[in-house]
Parts: sequence; C-alpha cells; structure tokens
Amino acid sequence: MTMVAVGDRSAPARVSRFLRRHRRFSLFVTLGGPVTWMMLVYVGSLLVLVAAAFFKVDSNSKVTTDFTTQNVVDAFTTGSFIQTVIRSVLIALAVTVLCLAIALPMAFYIAKIAKPRYRRGLIVAVLLPLWAGYLVKGYAWKSIFTPDAGKFAARKGGGFLEATIGWTPGFGKVAIVITLAYLWLPYMVLPIYAGLERLPPSYLDAAGDLGARPFRTFRSVIMPILIPSIAAGSIFTFSLSLGDYITPRIISGAKVQMIGNLIDQLQQQNQALSAALTLWPIAIIIVYLLGMSRLHAFENV
Amino acid sequence: MRKQRMAGALGATLVLLLAACGSDDASSGSSSAPVSAVATTSGGVDTTAAPDDTTSGSADVPVVSTADSTDLPVISTADSSDIPAAGVPTELGKGEGELNIIAWAGYAEDGSTDPAVDWVTPFEKETGCSVNVKTGNTSDEMVQLMQTGEYDGVSASGDATTRLIEGGEVSPVNTDLIPNYADVFDGLKMKPWNSKDGQAYGVPHGRGANLLVYNTEAFPTPPDSIDVMFGAAGDAAGKLSVYDSPIYIADAAIYLMSSQPDLKITNPYALDQKQFDAAIEVLKTQKSDVTQYWSLYTDQQTALESGTVLAGTTWQVIVGLAQANDAKIAAVKTKEGATGWSDTWMISSKAKHPNCMYMWMNHIISPEANAAVAEWFGEAPSNAKSCALTTKGFCDDYHAEDDQYWDDVWYWTTATETCLDGRTDVKCVPYSEWVNAWTELRA
Repeated sequence: MTMVAVGDRSAPARVSRFLRRHRRFSLFVTLGGPVTWMMLVYVGSLLVLVAAAFFKVDSNSKVTTDFTTQNVVDAFTTGSFIQTVIRSVLIALAVTVLCLAIALPMAFYIAKIAKPRYRRGLIVAVLLPLWAGYLVKGYAWKSIFTPDAGKFAARKGGGFLEATIGWTPGFGKVAIVITLAYLWLPYMVLPIYAGLERLPPSYLDAAGDLGARPFRTFRSVIMPILIPSIAAGSIFTFSLSLGDYITPRIISGAKVQMIGNLIDQLQQQNQALSAALTLWPIAIIIVYLLGMSRLHAFENV
Repeated sequence: MRKQRMAGALGATLVLLLAACGSDDASSGSSSAPVSAVATTSGGVDTTAAPDDTTSGSADVPVVSTADSTDLPVISTADSSDIPAAGVPTELGKGEGELNIIAWAGYAEDGSTDPAVDWVTPFEKETGCSVNVKTGNTSDEMVQLMQTGEYDGVSASGDATTRLIEGGEVSPVNTDLIPNYADVFDGLKMKPWNSKDGQAYGVPHGRGANLLVYNTEAFPTPPDSIDVMFGAAGDAAGKLSVYDSPIYIADAAIYLMSSQPDLKITNPYALDQKQFDAAIEVLKTQKSDVTQYWSLYTDQQTALESGTVLAGTTWQVIVGLAQANDAKIAAVKTKEGATGWSDTWMISSKAKHPNCMYMWMNHIISPEANAAVAEWFGEAPSNAKSCALTTKGFCDDYHAEDDQYWDDVWYWTTATETCLDGRTDVKCVPYSEWVNAWTELRA
C-alpha cells in the first residue's frame, strides 16, 4: 500500500484521505449494505412472518387485518400438531445421530489414516452427492426402499433392498430417516474433518506413548477436541431435517407428515395458522442453537 | 385436480432449486416429462392444437374485436359483489393491449411447452392483447393470487369460485358479450360454483369426474362401489391412494349418503356439524387402509404402475397415462355418484384489462381453443361444438356429450355456512373448517 501524498489532488487520493479521516463513515460504507440487508431481508421477513401469525383469516381464506391469538393458541395446543412436532424432532434427532455415527469414522479415516495425496479426492467424493438434484436422490431412495408389492406387483421382488437382502424398512419413518441422513451427511463430515485436521498428530502419539488404548484415546483426547465440530455439524443435520417436507412427501407418499408438511399445506389454505406453526421450528432451533453454543459450536469452526 | 399436478411438477422444481444443491437436469426433467406425457395420451395434439388459421375462425364473433367504442371500458365493477347486476358491463371497448391471467398448467399454452400446442398466440394476434400467464398450482394458491388484485382473470375450480365471489375478488359476467357462451353445454351453466343469485360469474371451461381406479388383477370382478375406498377394499386394503385435499371430505360424504342414509346428507358440500363429524370419522378409519395421499398426479401414476397402489381416487388423465405404460388398471365412476370439477374463467373485480379478459373468455371457450385445451389437458370440453374438432373417440372417453353421465357428479363446490342444499334450520360447516379438519386429520 502506498501512502497518499498530502499534496496529491487526484480524485482517488482525495477519497482515500476523506475515508482515513472519517473512520466511522468508512465503517458505514463497508458494513452498511450488508447490515441493512441482514436487518431488512432476514430479520425483517422473520418478524413479518411472526406478525402474520396474529392476523385473522376470514371464511373466504382471506387474510384480514384483525388481530387474533387464536392461530397461535391452535398451533400450540392442538394435539395432532404437537404429535407432528414431536415426530419431526425425533426424526431430526435420529438423522443427526445416524449422520454422526457414519461421519465420525469417515472423517477420521480421511483426515488421519488416508494418504495425504488421496485426501482431496476423498473429500470431493464426500461432496459429490451434493451436485445431484435433491428430487433425484429422493426418488432414487424411494425406489431402493420399494417393498415387494405382493402378488399384484408389476415388477416382482421390490426394490434394491428387498431384492438383495430381503428386507426393507418400507416407506415409513425409518426410510425417511435414512434418506435424510444420506442427504445431509456431507454437512456432518466436513466440520468433523476440519476439526480432525486441526488435531495435532502429536496428541495421538502422546496418548499412545502414555499407554492409552484406541478407545481411551478417542474418548479422552479426540472427542473433547471434536465436540465443537460435531455440534456445528449437528446444527446442519438437525435443522435441515427438522424443516424438510419434500422427503417425507416423496418417500412416504405424504403419509408421514412432518412440521414442514403442515406449514406447506397450510400456507395456501390458512396463511395465519401456517405462520403460527412456523413458531414451532423457530423455537426449537433457537433452543437447539443455545444448547450447541454451550458446546462451543460457534468457536473455531 | 390434475392440472395442479402438472404444475406441481413445476413447483417441485422450484423447491428443488431452493433446497440447495439442485441440479438443472433434475428440474427440467421433472417439469417437462408430465406435460409431454399428457400430450401422448390425449393423442394427436398437433392436429388439435389450434393453429392460427383455425382459431381466427372465431373472427365471426365480432362483438369483441369490432367494438369501436372508446379505449376505456364501460365497466364499473369495483364493488359489484353486493349488487351483482350493477357491475355488469353492457358493451365492450377496444382491447387494452395486455392481459394478466392465472391459469392451471396446460390451460393457456402459447407454444412454449410444445410448438404445436398454442391457442394463446392466435388470440394475441387477433385481439392485440398480449397475454401473461401465471400458473396456479392449487385452488388455494389461485385464491391467494386473486386477492392481490394484480390479475385480470383466473381459471378457477369450484373449490375456489365461491371464495372468490363472496370475497368480492371477481365480478359478475355479462354472457351476452361472450358469443361462444351460447354453445356451452346447458348442464354447465348457472351452477352454484359459477353463478350467484341468478347472475353468471364466469364461463365454464371444462369438466371431469373423480373416478375409482383399481388394479384389474386385484379386482377380477370390476368394482363399482365407493365402498372400496371406505372399508371394503379387499385385497387393496392398505394399498389405497387418496387425493390430498380438504375437498376430499366430500368423497366421504358421498359414501355416507348411501351407507348411512339416516344422516340425511343430500349434498356432499352441505354438511352440518353432525354430518361433517361423521365424514371425518369415516376418513380417520380409512387412514389405516391408505398407503398414499397424492397431490402430484405423477406420484399416483407411478404407484399405480408399480402395483404399490391397488385402488384409489383418480382422474381420467392419470388412468390414460398409466394404461399407456401397461399398468393393469381400470377406472369407473362409482354407482353412488362421484365428486368432480367444472372450471370457470372469471374476471377480477379489479381487472385493469377487462376488455381483453372478456375477449379471452370468449376465445378460450371457442370450439377450436376449447377442443385443443380439453385434449391437451385431458378433460371434457365445455363447448358442444368442440367434440367435432377433437380426436375420434375423445369425447366418448371423457363423456363430454353424455348428460346422464354427469347427473350424479358432484362438482367441487366451496362449502359455506349457509347450507348449499337449501336447509335453513342448521348452519353448515364452512370450507375453512374443512381445511382445519383435513390438516388435523393428516397431521
């Protein structure tokens, strides 16, 4: 960087001098846009969404400006809605646990065991499924899960699972969990891989030298360091699963409903109730994020 | 309705894009496949799609194009919903040069889907109204869009029309200004879903019935009763496919009309609380027999072809598509009657281009355009003269001219608190409650 000569009267020089003398102004210029965008588009629309929950919808499904708390009360007290919320949370947690169980050994292998020159290729391989269309993957899993439709099936023997191992979870919750876990797995592998990358090999050597067996090393050395990474990855898998409504629709023929399906269905039929129902995932995600921040998920990711 | 399925594919495409990591090939695949598939079954699309010369035949319908009054319309529609007759125009002015309409996918084709399928371009050439089409995916979305007041008109189904009329979103229509209206089947005119107090609110576009589809191997004896869907599924138990919309409650009501006559249901869209609760109870019981709630029509088609669904509620177009793929299925209108739809082109009460909208309403029910839409889309045309222009056998397949066939078809109608069957001693359950009940049932 070259200093601008005091006597330089060219336009860029004058701008540069001005910005240097008015620090606050330059801060405003650089951050003003993004912050305004963030406030208006992001926080603003969220607030509008929350506000929409308090509008009354008349019998012609027209949103009026009358205030009512009925939608929110309905959203939080109707038994079938609560059941759906619980179902969604359980599915999202199951997806997270499954992703974690698969991602830990995968990431460990890539980061610590695989030869360094293969690492990049392996990471690309993990990311590769993200390039394929979401729907394509959803329908592919559906065909894999297809059970033997019995004596009236057009194609005997069912899908891949049925044909090879003779068992399939069918089109229920298990199938949804597996499909979602497949879809979001890369988001769990990457942060854990990044966390392991930062783990100095000397730590493992030291643990070994001190007589720790592999499991002890994993529990006492690796895990504490990985917790923030796992927490960060779980935020992706949990929140993406919690809000998903396409996969349940594709896999279960819309029989298993998640909170996103309810919101999707209602946003055209009863916008206010739909908005009220979005308070559920918002509340759940906030609680989840608070929990994760206690695990330092937001540091060093 | 299957139009929303078609559009559903498009919607799903959008979702795909939103759902991160969407790939282009996936999206284009899902959106174009169903459309072209429909073309195949309807047969001879290229022969039916109205090319310029055929459509300009409707030039002998001069009122619209020759009217030489001033540019601005003689229409004062603002608050016409209260006093229907007052807002009705008596003559038309020149076209405003533009037209913004909401349509089911496949209802306003301009050749962009298939160059041979185009009844918008001839209209634009003839009237000078350039048409912007917004595809509506569901009835509910259409109502929402119309509430914005930014559109001139809509092709609304019966589960939307009442909300539009009552909500003041649409204006009464002077059918005298629509010459082709005279040729529309009488059975479609001045019905509860397209008129109010003897005043027309639009022109009928086409109709279809919701059929019972069944696997011919699972049902060696062809079923003819709606009981298959409600408790008497036989081999199809656990493999039923049900249309995923609040309006399906009416199907349960039709079942109750025959199975529980003491409930005294006379119109499946006019249910008092007791009758409504009975219908919901029936649907709850049905749940365990259902394997699929479909809203994207290709989903049901696939399930029928694979045999994972052995019976269900369906549309003629799905049956045709699946049969073309060698699915062992057949469909029947149940003897207890069936639900169905009859769509209506309506004009917005806030229309900025009312003259163009009137011209469009006349154009879209002209024999040429109406025949082309019906075949492209897969429904019975509304204009009696259309059948002469469709592929041989088409109108028979869709029972277009068979008045008796439609006698026991209950076209989708929006339930209102005032009972549609004329009862005054009770209040009926309005559609908004149908929505809530369906949502809870499905959750």
